[in-house]
Amino acid sequence: MSAEPICGADMVIKALVDQGVDVVFGYPGGAVLPIYDSLFKQNAVRHILVRQEGGAVHAAEGYARSTGKVGVVLVTSGPGATNAVTGLTDALMDSVPIVCLTGQVPTHLIGNDAFQEADTTGITRPCTKHNYLIKDVNDLARIMHEAFYVAKSGRPGPVVVDLPKDVLFALGNYIGPEQVTHKTYRPQTKPDPARIAEAVKMIAAAKKPLFYGGGGLINSGPEACARFTEFVRLVDAPCTLTLMGLGALPASDPHFLGMVGMHGMYESNMAMHDCDVMIAVGSRFDDRVTGRLNAFSPGSKKIHVDIDPSSINKNVRVDLPLIGDCNEVLDALLKAWRKASPHSDGKARNAWWRQIDAWRARDCLRYDRGRRDLIKPQYALERLYALTRERDPFITTEVGQHQMWAAQFFRFDKPYHWMTSGGLGTMGYGLPAAVGVQVAHPDALVIDVAGEASILMNIQEMSTIAQYRLPVKAFILNNQYMGMVRQWQELLHGGRYSESYTAALPDFVKLADAFGAAGRRVERPDELDDAIMQMIAEPRAVILDVVVDQEENCFPMIPSGAAHNEMLLGPADKAEQPVSEEGMVLV
Amino acid sequence: MPDSDTTARHTIAVLVDNEPGVLARVIGLFSGRGYNIESLTVAEVDRSNSLSRITIVTSGTPMIIEQIKAQLSRLVPVHKVHDLTDEGPSVEREMALIKVAGKGEARIESLRLADIFRARVVDSTTDSFVFEMTGSSEKLNAFIALMEPLGLVEVSRTGTVAIARGSGQF
Repeated sequence: MSAEPICGADMVIKALVDQGVDVVFGYPGGAVLPIYDSLFKQNAVRHILVRQEGGAVHAAEGYARSTGKVGVVLVTSGPGATNAVTGLTDALMDSVPIVCLTGQVPTHLIGNDAFQEADTTGITRPCTKHNYLIKDVNDLARIMHEAFYVAKSGRPGPVVVDLPKDVLFALGNYIGPEQVTHKTYRPQTKPDPARIAEAVKMIAAAKKPLFYGGGGLINSGPEACARFTEFVRLVDAPCTLTLMGLGALPASDPHFLGMVGMHGMYESNMAMHDCDVMIAVGSRFDDRVTGRLNAFSPGSKKIHVDIDPSSINKNVRVDLPLIGDCNEVLDALLKAWRKASPHSDGKARNAWWRQIDAWRARDCLRYDRGRRDLIKPQYALERLYALTRERDPFITTEVGQHQMWAAQFFRFDKPYHWMTSGGLGTMGYGLPAAVGVQVAHPDALVIDVAGEASILMNIQEMSTIAQYRLPVKAFILNNQYMGMVRQWQELLHGGRYSESYTAALPDFVKLADAFGAAGRRVERPDELDDAIMQMIAEPRAVILDVVVDQEENCFPMIPSGAAHNEMLLGPADKAEQPVSEEGMVLV
Repeated sequence: MPDSDTTARHTIAVLVDNEPGVLARVIGLFSGRGYNIESLTVAEVDRSNSLSRITIVTSGTPMIIEQIKAQLSRLVPVHKVHDLTDEGPSVEREMALIKVAGKGEARIESLRLADIFRARVVDSTTDSFVFEMTGSSEKLNAFIALMEPLGLVEVSRTGTVAIARGSGQF
């Protein structure tokens, strides 16, 4: 207990410091002025001023996903809070630990439709893991510490703390984090030992095992990823990863099949369809992964490792749930496996690997290089990967075709290097996320692989990039279309490209210049390498506007409503398999 | 978990922190995820620990019911979730206030039926009664149906509350 009572705003900062927070992404306003005043008087917490509150949340997400720490956001009441809603929903869907502090009108005005009042806890209830409205300054320190605990424990997620202005001025007693334990919230992290033994038996008996890892591994941390890799190698089974899980197993490992799902690798999806034991670790059987549910991996027994019991049997019925933290579960599995040192059916396993090699030989990412004067988006990403891989870059993306191509063509050997909006699919995520990543890793190469449509959704963050001299590189695949929308219109709506073409785009080179960044536009494949090298060498931020083939579609693809073994590998496949009516209504 | 697509009715008891917004969280979960609520009751049951008990009657396939329980359990202010339908025998009760207006034979008949159903008269005028009745929801339904032709005016019901039989604690 601190001897002297302090004001609520000072308590907020003190709690942030005690929680180990070194940076906050925010935007000031009337209701949070006391906190900004307290920020002004100290040096422990750095504040990054974004240009719109939506950007603040994505920046905090980028920070959190590239460090494993909690991302912190500070915004004002009313519009400050409502602008944060998309980012909060994004963080909820992708299980990103965020603490978002929102200002609120003074308690006596709550409910009076006061200036810049919004029912923030009401609005954010369905898009946060938990939220609080603090009405008494003596609850403030406890709730701040609880908010961090809730955000990072169990399945991580965003937590909103709504702070009325009078509470920020009021004097009260501060308590430190060591004095706070949450009354009820104790997520189960250790698995049931009996089930571990059963899992070992199931995996050992498998003729065609497959690991299916997800974002839960990344959230569990580098140790969990290392243990996962060790276990995959020990079992000697193929492994696929979800979009959110890329980097959990080194892409260079021969067990890695590539990403699974709608735009995943042919070998991953075929293996998922045909395996006899599936070991899902920190993945959630999302509809982008499963395809048509009644045709999903029909012959397999499924083991599901997840920290969130509500993930079990949500979409797909599993045979053996293992509730717990990935790291703890994998530790237990490794120990049990070593102790049992089971013998697997070598002949069957060899046959399984031969089958996988046959699928790999289809070379599903192959594409037609086309005209010599036209850049294919796949080629642009191949070159970007080839020329940057040595530098261990951090990649963020926006949402759409470019995102899927980036997931296909970049190969991540470590966790925390791939930041993308998976669950919510938020266009405009990548640029502010890159801000957060660059703030966390000032000397690293941070690239936002973007589409020209997505990046315009949060282009104002170029101003943030300028203010803090962040050397973020925006690599725009510019096809002048909302590419994924265009692709679906081509495949499902008779090529009627309704509103998916942007008739008036900015000159991105001038736009870069206006924000003090370097800009370059490339239109020919033979200019590309030089432009990428120049981008890497440039100490300032860069917008590289890569003009690509407007008609290119993203393959391979499981059409909506189709099964894993009904993948389209390229444009030639599409005529054979019309999308079903049930498939049409899916997103 | 039984592998079935049959929908069944379940009574779920939830012990929660009595804090602002907790009921909204529970209701929002049901509406947001498209689950049914047949009835929902809530009241504080432990003042010293500030705990409330919510009783929800819902219906769904075994997979949906499992989801409902898992989703409820992961709400931060939720202490415990019990499926009273699945976990051994339990007692369920509901209370209703039933207003019936009429004269003559209909009025006498309503009083006679109330007596058979062990409903109490809690308000009376020369041309109306308010009956108070406690029992299973089915019993209440049956009584209300009988009152319909006798001058039923309006009904107010509490929704189901339930508790496990035996000495065990929640």
